[in-house]
Amino acid sequence: MAKVTHVKKACTVNPLKMSQPIGAALAFMGLRGAMPLLHGSQGCTSFGLVLFVRHFKEAIPLQTTAMSEVATVLGGYENVEQAILNIHKRTKPEIIGICSTGVTETKGDDVEGFIQLIRERHPELAGLPLVYVSTPDFKDAFQDGWTKAVTRMVEMLVRVPEPVAVRDAGRIAVLPGCHLTPGDLEELRTIIEDFGLRPSFLPDLSGSLDGHIPEDFTPTTIGGIGVDEVTTLGEAAWAVAIGEQMRPAAEALRARAGVPFRLFPRLCGLAPMDEFIMFLSAASGRPVPAKYRRQRGQLVDAMLDGHFHIGGRKLAIAAEPDLLADVAGMLREMGAEITVAVTTTHSPILSGIDTAEVLIGDLEDLERLAGERGCDLLITHSHGRQAAARLGIPFFRVGIPMFDRLGAGHLLTVGYRGVRDLIFTISNLVIADAEQNHQPTPESWRLTEEDGATDGVQQKGQAA
Amino acid sequence: MTTLSATIQEVFNEPACAKNAAKSEKERKKGCTKQLQPGGAAGGCAFDGAKIALQPLTDVAHLVHGPIACEGNSWDNRGARSSGPSLWRTGFTTDINETDIVFGGEKRLYKAIREIIEKYDPPAVFVYQTCIPAMTGDDINAVAKAASAKFGKPVIPINAPGFVGPKNLGNKLAGEALLDHVIGTVEPDHTTPYDINIIGEYNLSGELWQVKPLLDALGIRVLSCISGDGRYREVAQSHRAKAAMMVCSKAMINVARKMEERYGIPFFEGSFYGIGDTSDSLREIARLLVSRGAPADLLDRTEALIAREEAKAWAAIAPFKPLFAGKRVLLITGGVKSWSVVAALQEAGLEIAGTSVKKSTKEDKERIKELMGEDAHMIEDMTPREMYRMLKDAKADIMLSGGRSQFVALKAAMPWLDINQERHHAYMGYVGMVDLLREIAKTLFNPVWEQVRRPAPWDDPADNWQARALAEVVAPQLAAE
Repeated sequence: MAKVTHVKKACTVNPLKMSQPIGAALAFMGLRGAMPLLHGSQGCTSFGLVLFVRHFKEAIPLQTTAMSEVATVLGGYENVEQAILNIHKRTKPEIIGICSTGVTETKGDDVEGFIQLIRERHPELAGLPLVYVSTPDFKDAFQDGWTKAVTRMVEMLVRVPEPVAVRDAGRIAVLPGCHLTPGDLEELRTIIEDFGLRPSFLPDLSGSLDGHIPEDFTPTTIGGIGVDEVTTLGEAAWAVAIGEQMRPAAEALRARAGVPFRLFPRLCGLAPMDEFIMFLSAASGRPVPAKYRRQRGQLVDAMLDGHFHIGGRKLAIAAEPDLLADVAGMLREMGAEITVAVTTTHSPILSGIDTAEVLIGDLEDLERLAGERGCDLLITHSHGRQAAARLGIPFFRVGIPMFDRLGAGHLLTVGYRGVRDLIFTISNLVIADAEQNHQPTPESWRLTEEDGATDGVQQKGQAA
Repeated sequence: MTTLSATIQEVFNEPACAKNAAKSEKERKKGCTKQLQPGGAAGGCAFDGAKIALQPLTDVAHLVHGPIACEGNSWDNRGARSSGPSLWRTGFTTDINETDIVFGGEKRLYKAIREIIEKYDPPAVFVYQTCIPAMTGDDINAVAKAASAKFGKPVIPINAPGFVGPKNLGNKLAGEALLDHVIGTVEPDHTTPYDINIIGEYNLSGELWQVKPLLDALGIRVLSCISGDGRYREVAQSHRAKAAMMVCSKAMINVARKMEERYGIPFFEGSFYGIGDTSDSLREIARLLVSRGAPADLLDRTEALIAREEAKAWAAIAPFKPLFAGKRVLLITGGVKSWSVVAALQEAGLEIAGTSVKKSTKEDKERIKELMGEDAHMIEDMTPREMYRMLKDAKADIMLSGGRSQFVALKAAMPWLDINQERHHAYMGYVGMVDLLREIAKTLFNPVWEQVRRPAPWDDPADNWQARALAEVVAPQLAAE
């Protein structure tokens, strides 16, 4: 339905997009004992580190090969080798995830070749998985980096099962997109377990960045899926991919280990959740637990209560493709118009969004169009705060980064009760805005000259 | 790149830096930055440093020429404040793609400058170079010059691509750009004998406004603050100031020193953190201004103001002193302000259990020794585990640090206060000092610590990780005895 348009201008203003190496790095943070390593200048790492610290309010493991100008020109073999050896010695990781950056890709460093040579020279690293993913900054976006990293993890780590191996009927591999929060993953785990199934999340940010108090000090990730569990993912009866971005990873798992997959492009909303729950019921052979029947009713009721406030809203939303499709889709289903939609990168999901056009652009585009088209609800990450203040419309934060509010890691967009609470939160924002800024006054409906008023010509005010 | 490497060599050869002056010729060429360790480094890059130093100029359009990472991952995340324009908080980047790398990004950069001028009409555009266009050879100096001529507006190239060095070098390269292209290009409408520059102050959380009223009361005019709440025009006319104060340790010493050489503006290094330091800085400003011809009564007026403000501050602090008796602070900062914060905390009766000196200069360390005594516990570099042991070992009651190390304290259920650039409170001058103590008291005596330290009822408190970490500290000590 929607036409996807790339905005043509030389200067990106108020970026919506973030770079793919840090998207890939975040994926590695969903592995236990992991140390993501960006092969680039130290600033590449430092910016990513600060961003995640401010978003999750957690210590973030992220290292750098600290490429200097000279090293960049000569090639980074020694820096990659040094970095791996130092990390191995100092932090004893269970896995190192290496992501390239713009500088080292421009130079053309052959990191796969480097790793091979490092392995030959340093037999002590034999037991340490090193997963490399190519993620130049000058291409694609955050979400793409995540996709590539997870796909590489599947290709490099999952063991090819014996031809005669029997699948584990109770086991389910879950491949979540980066639009899901640690809280979302926790909710999905609860739901899946309630059907008697045993989920393995790859990656699992709910173990590492959910904000728990760790059992011990570790400079690497403090939780997440273990490499051992990843290797056996091929034994799962089913794979569930959440978000179109996870299709490549699901396909890789199927190609490698023959695991059939089901892709859920969305989980935010009544119909998408119904599909998900019925899939779990079929996969487990169990009826839907009473708990979810109750929760579904609560969601329906929330939609009834919320549609008074969300119906007719002109939504301006900017987010990465899967998050955009998910949240905008839910609000559209409650009567909001998707009046402006801006995203970061191409995705097959975009054309299916119920709006005329999706722009690949920035927050300047979002702000300008939201103003021109009279939008009255703004949804994007924290960088939308300036635009929201200038536009004077209610602003709901979703996605990364969310650095100026608490609870980014626990904002839910999945599950019947997660969506129920999301509807309440957004509706309340709209209600508060109406109370503060749109109370009727005697002037609200005053006739103007245009209306045929003969005296006391007034400007027509805005009704609430 | 030849001009950039020449500039870097020049920056390394800073005659006003005591540490540098003590070096041999060979050492000096190597520069003042430690070789970065791959897999063990954590700091920002030169571009980051340049941006930190200049972005507080509020009416300037700051355009980053590079891939999305350099601006997209970091924009609008600094704590500086503006009293007027908001353009500095607008993120501009060329967001270069593969085509720009293969065919060069100069055309895109030129067009980007034009778009900014057409849409936002700023008094100046600052163009920041980054690693990739520096590699592929985009000549931002030439583009800036051409754009400047075409659009009749200053377009200033800031040559500090990330891979040339750390943040601190970037601060200085940013200063060089101001010296080369901005300072001295505009004449002020009028000057007074009371005009000063403040160099290396970024108005984080609006801190400058804690001090400016004091200067206002004395009739001292801040002709230019480089760069907190600054305007392009103010920097351009800053060469007419009578005196300058350099804050933030050595970050922009090259600017202060060269302005003294070129324009005869004497400067001193001072701090507005802490009561004593604030008074000293006000005295020094007054002294320099009088030496440059300001009426001598400024000295008396300054003393009168100091006496009045100090009395007010001490009165406000008095109630804290008994609260803080015996309380110990562990101070882990980026390093540049360690000594000034140490003095400030001691004024309130807090004991300093230790302080980090990772990024401090030799001179900074000397000052810390002066303040804390010869056995000052100075920490060069530490892992989080060591930091935790330090918290326990030194029996510190609260940790003051930057955002990155906060979790060492918080996860250990230790009081912590943010004193780095992302913090939300202003701590400068007399009022700021009182605020800092108020914040420390609020944190230190919050009943939440008792709550969060309660073990889960189903856990064995002797076997939690805090206990195990402590055992690791104690065991080797016992073995040694």
